[in-house]
Amino acid sequence: MLRYLLKRFLLILPTIFVPLIIVFLLLRLSPGDPAGMMLGDQATPEQIEALRTQLGLNEPIWVQFAIWLKGILTLDLGNSIFFREPVMEVIPRYVSVTVLLTIVALILAVAIGITMGLISAMHRNKPIDRGVVAMAVLGISLPEFWFALLLIFVFAVTLRWFPVAGYNPPSAGLIAFGATILLPAIALGVRQSALMTRMMRSSMLDVLNEPYITTARAQGLPERKVIGSYAMRTAAIPVVTVAGLAAGYMLGGAVAIEIIFALPGLGRMLVEAVSRRDYPLVEGGVLTISLILAVLNLVIDVIYAILDPRIRYQ
Amino acid sequence: MTDDTILSVSGLSKNFKAVKAVRDVSFSIRRGKTFGLVGESGSGKSTTARLVLRLIEPTSGSIRFRGRELANFSPAELRAERRHMQMIFQDPYGSLNPRMSVRETLIEPQLVHGIGTPAERIQTAELLLAEVSLPRAALDRHPHEFSGGQRQRIAIARALATNPELIVADEPVSALDVSVQAQVLNLMRDLQDRHRTTMLFISHDLRVVQFMCDEIAVMYLGEVVEQGPRDRIYYSAAHPYTQALLASATGKRDGKRARLKGEIPSAHAVPSGCAFRTRCPHAFERCALEKPAIRDLGLGQKAACHLLDGQAVS
Amino acid sequence: MTVRTASDSTPTAQPASARELVLEVRDLSVSLRNADGLLPIVTDVSFSIAKGEAVALAGESGCGKSITASAIMGIAPDNAEISGTIILNGAAISGLPHRERRKLCGRHMGFIFQEPMTALHPTLTVGRQMTDTLRHNLGLSHAAATDRAAELLDRVGIPRAREILKGYVHELSGGMRQRVMIALAISCGPSLVIADEPTTALDVTIQAQVLDLLDEMRREFELAMLFITHDLELVGDFCDRAVVMYAGDVVERGRAADIVRSPAHPYARGLIDAMPRHGDQRARLTPIPGTVPPVGHWPQGCRFAPRCSRAGKKCTVRPPLAVHIRSDVRCWYPLKVGQ
Repeated sequence: MLRYLLKRFLLILPTIFVPLIIVFLLLRLSPGDPAGMMLGDQATPEQIEALRTQLGLNEPIWVQFAIWLKGILTLDLGNSIFFREPVMEVIPRYVSVTVLLTIVALILAVAIGITMGLISAMHRNKPIDRGVVAMAVLGISLPEFWFALLLIFVFAVTLRWFPVAGYNPPSAGLIAFGATILLPAIALGVRQSALMTRMMRSSMLDVLNEPYITTARAQGLPERKVIGSYAMRTAAIPVVTVAGLAAGYMLGGAVAIEIIFALPGLGRMLVEAVSRRDYPLVEGGVLTISLILAVLNLVIDVIYAILDPRIRYQ
Repeated sequence: MTDDTILSVSGLSKNFKAVKAVRDVSFSIRRGKTFGLVGESGSGKSTTARLVLRLIEPTSGSIRFRGRELANFSPAELRAERRHMQMIFQDPYGSLNPRMSVRETLIEPQLVHGIGTPAERIQTAELLLAEVSLPRAALDRHPHEFSGGQRQRIAIARALATNPELIVADEPVSALDVSVQAQVLNLMRDLQDRHRTTMLFISHDLRVVQFMCDEIAVMYLGEVVEQGPRDRIYYSAAHPYTQALLASATGKRDGKRARLKGEIPSAHAVPSGCAFRTRCPHAFERCALEKPAIRDLGLGQKAACHLLDGQAVS
Repeated sequence: MTVRTASDSTPTAQPASARELVLEVRDLSVSLRNADGLLPIVTDVSFSIAKGEAVALAGESGCGKSITASAIMGIAPDNAEISGTIILNGAAISGLPHRERRKLCGRHMGFIFQEPMTALHPTLTVGRQMTDTLRHNLGLSHAAATDRAAELLDRVGIPRAREILKGYVHELSGGMRQRVMIALAISCGPSLVIADEPTTALDVTIQAQVLDLLDEMRREFELAMLFITHDLELVGDFCDRAVVMYAGDVVERGRAADIVRSPAHPYARGLIDAMPRHGDQRARLTPIPGTVPPVGHWPQGCRFAPRCSRAGKKCTVRPPLAVHIRSDVRCWYPLKVGQ
């Protein structure tokens, strides 16, 4: 088991570094000048040039990369050009929102996916199954941002059950937090929960045909144990795999949701930083998202190994 | 080696990393004869079959086919030589391309080896079908429209399409019902008689091997422990493993059966000295220390066992 | 000549001794309901098994033996319609509601499957699978169930039982897995064990070991055993009596040794002749011409007639299962001894 975890841990490194290098190159090599943007229209070319030298933007690209790499290893990600504060202080202000949003969305998606998939499989081809499958198809087809706007219109504007926008951290109380996180999490998770429903349904249908389920029944075990213990254990495994992919997708999709619901999250911060050419902040932001994703996937790998002991020996 | 020997294998070995799947196997087959390879799981019989056809590369040893050393063939020469050696597999459901009609399946080998004109190829396909007692209408159908036994006949027809000198049949009837098995086995005997094809026949079922084969080699954990003409093996098996195999088989109503204790050792941990000693009822000290050499017992029979010292002819 | 129809009171239908009957199956028929209607799979199957007796349900694929077994177990598919009577230890179980039938599994009937690779749960420990059964059926505590499981594994010849209980199925060889299946099947002390081709997927030498084990268990616990197989030689070796099936019908029923040595039904004779046997000196086997009629396309009258060399005018009418010398045969022109 330990070897397995170590292997998965080492795989985090490329997961983090490859996107970072790509982003780094794209940013530095694309048009637009952060120094010019910061100083405004009135700046003289000399002033702009001075700022550029100060920010190290005139160095050759591999020197910039080496400086930046050294920075990462010493946990100094530089200063945000826009905020004029260390990146390490800017990011934490936004990270918690995104992480919470993603986790709540993931939990909702998995819970709904597994439950609906199970119900669907148990009542195969009956009306409830057809209903669930139809809803799943709908869920996969809906763009998240459109669904988000729909949710706001129905639940916030019309029914007034939820605030239209804004964010309350958990410290403000569970109800207040829930009110602001629930709609965004649903919007973010709807597509993934539809995919997981389909996955769970087909996985369960496969498992129910397996000989070991017949053996369990032949042992006289009650049906709820056969399904709940014996079948679920193996049927859930592909869903867990999909959850890992879903986490990645959600972290990316969080941007649109954060903007629509005015949540002060990492996604929104990143979009703004890119438009400002705030290189250090963008790089810091991408690094953070990669890290979050890597950790989430490590957790999922551990859950996977718990569910399937055969994996532990690889 | 006489002109009549189609295949001669000497010192053939194959290691898959730490697993010694085939260890120092030697035998030869004369034209028109059927040579049987018998063994249980881990015996290496299937691997040997694939080595003979050079579908996998041997670790060491020589394979002489039609008088020439196979290892010396260039890839292009090997490809051309393949028309003289064909294979029939165990699974009638997996060995035929579901997308190809029977006609296409029977024409393809001829096409690959550039045999005949298009018109001749179709004619050959029709002749082949007649030989395996399938109706001409079968040409336009696809594999899924046939039963297991019929598919195996198509596989046999395909193997004959290039008029090969050698056919390697790996458990060709194991997946078939008894009455179908009988039809296919009879067919194989008929075809062999008619075309004087040489056959390497692999099976775990002693009854089938006894019916089909002129000579038999018994394999255990990668080695040949005994080989000889069919009747010698059946009526005066010399090696304890062969005796145990015969005694364990169903249908031998000759009193109390000698029961082998224990499991077949894993190929990762082959016992020292004689590989069979862990289960042999007659094992003694020498068996753990020294690997038994193959002793010639006369009349074409050979076995590797220390107990046979007194009986060796040479 | 009047035909004496074989009922359960005729000599050959009864087991050799007057031991008590564990299982009686009378006129069992199973049909599957699908979009096109009712498809008969098995018709009028009757046989019985006494305590300590091994009876074979023999036939090739498609004869209906597996679905007969699942009907007896009570685990037939949902769209199966079952008629007839099944009596277990003197009590009729065929009329019981589905829930009650399931309760009999494990406690009164044990099942051994063909493919040990896939018949045990891949991600639950061996111990967990055994204790689940023991705790549910016998109400044992976790500790007591674990002890009993270790005892059972030991009894079926698995070394280091306690370690194996903590391990998983994929760590065991095929023979070991089948022993676990056997231990599981007998764990709650059933009176009937149904074994569906338990040795087909095993190596020859391991097969022999497992068959010996089944024999031991049968004797020690006086189990009634229903042995499903396609291998008639195995039937002759291992079973006391045999029920040969073809296309959903019982075609011959009687003492295993008699049927294998000198079958009366042409199909059984054909099967024996089609098999290569030890010491066989024939140059060619004698296959049965033609193929098994698929379900739903059974011929009128005798289902074997189209392939039978002895078919005659009477065969357009389905023959009854009749007494014939030493076994019950469903044939108008059965073979005599030595034919």
